[in-house]
Amino acid sequence: MKRRDFIQLAGMGAGAMMLPFPTFGNSVDASRLLDPFMDTARKKQLADIVLNTTKALGASYTDVRIGRYLNQSVVTREKRVQGVQNSESFGAGIRVIANGTWGFAASNDVTPDGIKKTAERAVAIAKANSKFQKEPVKLAQTPPYGEVSWRTPIVKNGFEVPVKDKVDLLLNANAKAMENGASFVNSMLFLINEQKYFASSEGSYIDQDIFRIWPNFSVSRIDRASGQFKNRSAFSAPVGMGYEYLDGKAEDKIQGPGGVILYNNSYDIVEDATLAAEQSKEMIAAKSVEPGKYDLVLEPSHLWLTIHESVGHPTELDRVLGYEANFAGTSFLTLDKWQSKNFKFGNDIVNFVADKTQPGSLGAVGYDDEGVKCKQWDLIKDGVLVNYQAIRDQVSILGQNESHGCCYSQSWSDVQFQRMPNVSLQPGKNRLTPEQLISNVDKGIYIVKDGSFSIDQQRYNFQFGGVLFFEIKNGKIAGMLKDVAYQANTQEFWNSCKQICDERDYRLNGAFNDGKGQPSQSNAVSHGSATTHFSGVNVINTARTI
Amino acid sequence: MAILSKEEAKQILDKVIGFSKADGIEASLGGSDSGNIRYARNSVSTSGEDSNISLSVSTYFGKKSGAASINEFDDASLEKVVRRAEELANLAPENPEFMEPLGPQTYGPDSKTYIEATAKITPEYRAQAAANSIEPATKKNITAAGYLQDNSGFSALANSKGLFAYNQSTSVNFTVTMRTNDGTGSGWTLRNFNDVGKLNTAEASKIAIDKALQSRNAKAIEPGKYTVILEPAAASDLIGLMFGGLNARQADEGRSFMSKKGGGTKLGEQLVDERVNIYTDPWNEELPASVWANGGLARKKMDIIKNGAVQNLIYDRYWASQKGVEPVPFFGNRIMQGGNASLEDMIKDTKKGVLVTRFWYIRAVDPQTLLYTGLTRDGTFYIENGKIKHPIKNFRFNESPIIMLNNLETLGRQQRVGGGFGGASLIPAMKVRDFTFSSLSDAV
Repeated sequence: MKRRDFIQLAGMGAGAMMLPFPTFGNSVDASRLLDPFMDTARKKQLADIVLNTTKALGASYTDVRIGRYLNQSVVTREKRVQGVQNSESFGAGIRVIANGTWGFAASNDVTPDGIKKTAERAVAIAKANSKFQKEPVKLAQTPPYGEVSWRTPIVKNGFEVPVKDKVDLLLNANAKAMENGASFVNSMLFLINEQKYFASSEGSYIDQDIFRIWPNFSVSRIDRASGQFKNRSAFSAPVGMGYEYLDGKAEDKIQGPGGVILYNNSYDIVEDATLAAEQSKEMIAAKSVEPGKYDLVLEPSHLWLTIHESVGHPTELDRVLGYEANFAGTSFLTLDKWQSKNFKFGNDIVNFVADKTQPGSLGAVGYDDEGVKCKQWDLIKDGVLVNYQAIRDQVSILGQNESHGCCYSQSWSDVQFQRMPNVSLQPGKNRLTPEQLISNVDKGIYIVKDGSFSIDQQRYNFQFGGVLFFEIKNGKIAGMLKDVAYQANTQEFWNSCKQICDERDYRLNGAFNDGKGQPSQSNAVSHGSATTHFSGVNVINTARTI
Repeated sequence: MAILSKEEAKQILDKVIGFSKADGIEASLGGSDSGNIRYARNSVSTSGEDSNISLSVSTYFGKKSGAASINEFDDASLEKVVRRAEELANLAPENPEFMEPLGPQTYGPDSKTYIEATAKITPEYRAQAAANSIEPATKKNITAAGYLQDNSGFSALANSKGLFAYNQSTSVNFTVTMRTNDGTGSGWTLRNFNDVGKLNTAEASKIAIDKALQSRNAKAIEPGKYTVILEPAAASDLIGLMFGGLNARQADEGRSFMSKKGGGTKLGEQLVDERVNIYTDPWNEELPASVWANGGLARKKMDIIKNGAVQNLIYDRYWASQKGVEPVPFFGNRIMQGGNASLEDMIKDTKKGVLVTRFWYIRAVDPQTLLYTGLTRDGTFYIENGKIKHPIKNFRFNESPIIMLNNLETLGRQQRVGGGFGGASLIPAMKVRDFTFSSLSDAV
């Protein structure tokens, strides 16, 4: 994730919340978000204007994305609404290959004349660049799908829920946090709807309606006497669901070790805010960690980010090939390691699956942004690197003739490129609960929820913090710790994986705002895992005096 | 073209204000034409252009406000957006922290943020700029990956109390990473200007090529505390993060490194070495900034840190009114005073140390102490007895800019750097003792 993807909301707390999606688009009133928009037949007419125009100008391939992107954010602190924002962004992005070179242009002028001009500009840019092109673009085949559609299987459309109900829910959570000793609380709800129409010169016309939602808060407790402060973030996850995620059903609550309550397919924000305020007191009073080697027991709301950074990013083929060298970096998982068929990324119990279909996940769509039908595939099998993440213009480098279907653009105005699918650690095959797992640990730390994170540009060396840290002594939880961060080398870390809980403990978490590319774009991605045990990891103490 | 002149912008904004039936209205208009080219593997990968213009309107009745925006500018659309904002204001809850807009302000003379040549960059210019970077790389068995982005934009603001402000600006940002084809060396450079006439991608690329060649086959040295010489980009990455914490309200609320044990803030107290002087000045020739900020507040030349003590925190208008002080807008630029020492002088005066080109993936570890972690990247060298001895493997650091600026040894010459986490700044290279490197990375 990249800090530069966030736009900070003025007047909010330090390290607190920022809008987790690009803030392009126009502010509109909430009812506008429910308006029916341009019908599919009209979009097809416009797309055909583009396809005919670029073909006449000599483009060998064209795709056009006519997109309407809706965002809603409701932001509060304590008893006050800080902002309700509804935004709508509508336009078309056109990508062509001319003289073997990509060209892209976008405009919010989606009239027959306007879209034709944009199409002409895309071809002109491709031709200007082709003078210096050394590797002509080669696209993997994909079948033409004709006219098809896909929609996120939501139960309740969050945009139909009145803003007042959302405000009431957040203010109620704030009130509970304050009643239980919080000094400050910021809470927020983000909703996204991407209405995307894709057409290509190869005969696909794909209409998709995609939903995502993310409730979040930050509870702060300040101890003026000692000058200390701590922030406890929400144990929610951003998900590819409707408003039903906020139902907080009893069957979706999990009583975790250390008295924590964790959430699966739905979330109870009021309950979590109450507990957050109580736990923030313990966080300040906790014992400062003794640095050294510990066994780590990482809960899924924490482990997702370690997976994202150390597994998700290094298996992106464009990074491996050097296309991201000037920004996000390259990867230690070079092609020779994959070609050897025996590179031990992790030990035998480590299996990672890439996926664009899992229900409830942020990555789930029917087709990607270059018209490829989505699927699942193995990245790491029994600890061995077996594949990468690749799209149409790069997959042939792997000797494969089918794109993995993980091409994405954050808006109509940005060019699509390879983005991370959901990448998830498969649960253990033997029955094992987190309590049973902890009972096997002599000296360890149980970490809940993601915190600080940093990793090098080839994804070898990482450092992660967390939110709640519990000391494990002789198989039992022995109170809270603070000032904890762990450092490791990716390959050593995944080879130190000792136990993975079974599928009953498997949960998704993720981010709305994974950043990559220049200009930087956001991508929403989920990562699943069960509670997992790593042995002998280096833990540092992060306390300082200034 | 999405750029309106001062007169064109004023005409639209006056019309918008005329449509208002609310207690008051504020309207802002902004537009930009931007273009970019990206290359990797010694070949152009993507490039594009984007043009955008948008009008935002905020109206209020008492302490209830509503906002709406639009990108159509005929009279009917302008009136529609005002009505929509008024409807939203009527439905909104009262905001106890609402502040009415400012009356007319007096701004200093315009600063030179706009350069016409930058506004006229063409796709052909961008392609040639990329070629000028790629060609010298291929000759030296090096793979170039770079990115050039140019922007020309304007912003205008007006309100029903008579305030009007306008600014036009241009920028061009270029970064390039050069990697040796054997994968053992990597170098990087950044250039950031308002005036594209100052940009020479071949010259910048040569520096990155030299760093890549010099950084081949790095040796590992033990992590620990080292004297470091930070090039301006590296210094800026860490020090830039400090400015985000200079928010008065957070400090007063007790949740910032500027909060004081027992209550109050550390404003005016010496926090870092007394040679540290940082100020903001919109009229700086090297790094000009708009003379007005959000809401139309005038920007002034102002000390941020003087002789090691923080002199000014950022106060929004509400918090300033609560505390009985003048509001202070976000700093438009940051200028840190440098010294006379060249990089070579600083190396010559170092018995044992590490030269850092840049940092990477810097993230907050503890907001209370401004502790950050991150890594060195694209050229890290070991210095012994006044000379660069050999390239070294990259380190992870855990360090606070506050601790770092207390351990200051020497200030070098200033350079404009931009595009990093702290935004654009004019900052010197610096030598710092006892910088904490906590582990080694194999990354090149």
